[in-house]
Amino acid sequence: MNRYLPLSILALAILAFATLMLVIAPGMQIDARSVPAGLRDYTEAQQRGRDVYVAMGCVYCHSQQPRSPDQAPDGERGWGRPSVASDYVFDAPHQLGTMRTGPDLLNVGARLPSEDWHLTHLYQPRAIFDWSIMPAYPFLFEHKQQAETDDTIVILPPAYAPEDGVVVAGPDALDLVAYLQALDRTYPTPTDGLRDDGYASGPSADASSVEEGDG
Amino acid sequence: MPITLGLLLALSFVVSLLALAFLIWAISNRQITIDQHDAETVFEPGEERGDAGEETQLHKFDPVQAGIDQISSRPVLVLITAATLWLVAGSFFGLIASLKLHWPDWLDFAAPLTFGRMRTLHLNLVVYGWLSQAGVASVVWIIPRIFHTPLRRPKPVLWGASLWNIGVTLGALAIARGWTDGEEWLEIPWQVDILLAAGGACFIAPLIQTARARQVHHIYVSGWYFLAAILWFPVLFVVANLPLYGGAQEATINWWFAHNVLGLWLTPLGVGAAYYFIPKIIGKPIYSYAVSLLGFWGLALFYSQVGIHHLIGGPVPTWLVTLSVVHSVMMFIPVIAVAINQHVTVAMNLWALKESIPLRFISFGAVMYTLASFQGSIEALRSVNTITHFTQYTVGHAHLGAYAFVSLVMFGAIYQILPRATGRVFPWPGLLKLHFWLVAIGFAIYFFALSIGGVLQGLAMLDATRPFRDSVEVVLPYLQARSVGGALMTLGHLVFALNLLGLALAARGESATTVAAE
Ligand code: HEC
Repeated sequence: MNRYLPLSILALAILAFATLMLVIAPGMQIDARSVPAGLRDYTEAQQRGRDVYVAMGCVYCHSQQPRSPDQAPDGERGWGRPSVASDYVFDAPHQLGTMRTGPDLLNVGARLPSEDWHLTHLYQPRAIFDWSIMPAYPFLFEHKQQAETDDTIVILPPAYAPEDGVVVAGPDALDLVAYLQALDRTYPTPTDGLRDDGYASGPSADASSVEEGDG
Repeated sequence: MPITLGLLLALSFVVSLLALAFLIWAISNRQITIDQHDAETVFEPGEERGDAGEETQLHKFDPVQAGIDQISSRPVLVLITAATLWLVAGSFFGLIASLKLHWPDWLDFAAPLTFGRMRTLHLNLVVYGWLSQAGVASVVWIIPRIFHTPLRRPKPVLWGASLWNIGVTLGALAIARGWTDGEEWLEIPWQVDILLAAGGACFIAPLIQTARARQVHHIYVSGWYFLAAILWFPVLFVVANLPLYGGAQEATINWWFAHNVLGLWLTPLGVGAAYYFIPKIIGKPIYSYAVSLLGFWGLALFYSQVGIHHLIGGPVPTWLVTLSVVHSVMMFIPVIAVAINQHVTVAMNLWALKESIPLRFISFGAVMYTLASFQGSIEALRSVNTITHFTQYTVGHAHLGAYAFVSLVMFGAIYQILPRATGRVFPWPGLLKLHFWLVAIGFAIYFFALSIGGVLQGLAMLDATRPFRDSVEVVLPYLQARSVGGALMTLGHLVFALNLLGLALAARGESATTVAAE
């Protein structure tokens, strides 16, 4: 270990090898999957809402990757079927997340379709669940004396309602809710769905290893 | 296709194992000549202590060394000052984020103050502002010393520091305003990242030039870690920040990057600094020099492939997750190798812990490296990960690594470097001890709270008969405890900053006393 060049070449070669394994090979495999028939690209409003989701950092408390029943009861909690790689083709940046301070949101649009519910919840989560530790996002809303015709009024219990006037949703809040409503991957799992099946036991585990590579 | 992928997976294991076998063969057959004698490269003639540990041969004033240090000291001081400011700022953002988790209605009137942005500011400031700059400062200090030659081109290092700090500042402003790339560890917008990349290049070029002009035959182990890290990090940073990816593939790149920032950047900086300062302060070479080769190449081979353990049970191929899990477990090998070298050296010279506060920080940090790595290998097992993955347990682990290991080594390194770089003494030695105890106790509270709370949170979520609400309520008292621990740590960082300020204001020239206490 006395020479600079061999040391650096070997160090870089090892990193290149790791990149091949962790980035290039899975990238090719994921790319080869078709877009699921039931998945729609986001509309403009939904995409704007997604950008609000990213900018607010919802991902630090909410994952978007339900696990399989072999591993965890995500399905029983109503979070949806295990997700597969092609469920995310329209997602950039990805928001898979690593924390569940709050519930998984990949299918929240199917679970909670109501715009009113989401607006109230975003304005003040504790207006719905007194035990919630989710942040309130009052700055996405406007306090007005009088609602105008195209305003969306937020329904609030007396404890959280302003003394006078009304709270109406701002454009970012409406877009964000449009995105939350679009979070719905309840269409059937694509036949070539790709995911970590490492928890499957018995014969299904073998089946999954075939499934994983046939793209 | 199934065959090809199975083959790839097998190939990865075989290549890693063969490389390791080759390494062991090469060491035992002296193909790679490295012996215990090389471990003494860190010392100046006459500096090493005799067997009884007597203090007859204390650090002599060495004109050559002084000439070397004089050139590195300016860039080193600039980097340390900036790093310390970011540490303090980053700690406050961490503390605010922590408090917000149990006081959700506190400071909710403006978007920049929301949890998602405070937490992101915390992470980016402590990683890119504090740890990276403190690490580069140690590299700039140590590389010329182990290569017995002055730093080439100190000016570009100063330009690099300016660019880097402008980049971190703009990145922080962007995040506060909601302009983000939106992936964990990669939030700083790629347009701003160009500045960081340019700054990084200004750090790296002079270091490589210095390494190539070295006056010693042997590259000391710290040098392997540093020289590799300053090549690895730019590759990782540039590849991961290219705005080209999306979907599940982007997630694999995200975690390939994020874990490599720990494994191939912060870890080598911390391990390399510990490998230099431990023997240097004690005055005895490390315990078994040949084993350090195993530690280094093992780290390169295994650590580079562990990233996908952040996506266990997720929408990525099974073989890929398995690959990362196996490599995570293999990390036991290099970690044990480093542990043997560093801990045995300290354990045989326990007297030195009493005498040297810097050594206390550094060897405490080195022990935390071992523990964090063991914990990580176990956390990657599928059965364990199912419980801990989406919980606060992970955050506890992150702080064991990034805080208790890397940050503590950096505190010690800075306390060791500054008197030598400035020729001054720390005016209030008691405050160095206070700093140590504040962060050690604060961290202990932080870590145990989140580890216990995280497991309870995970178990509640896995039990379908318990409502989700249970997982929130069960972890709440532990989140409050974490805020207490984090407040002590933050206080410790203020004391640290105060110590640096005290040194800056102290009179020059009293250096003989403390420098001798090394
Ligand atoms: C500090 C962590 C945290 C952050 C940040 C956070 N949430 Fe939550 N979220 C929670 C918690 C805890 C719950 C469960 C209690 C509740 O419903 O309020 C929750 C629940 C939800 C629910 C209801 C899910 C269900 O199935 O009941 C939605 C929708 C939601 N959050 C959306 C968001 C959005 C959108 C953002 C970003 C603007 C966000 N959250 C940011 C913690 C958080």
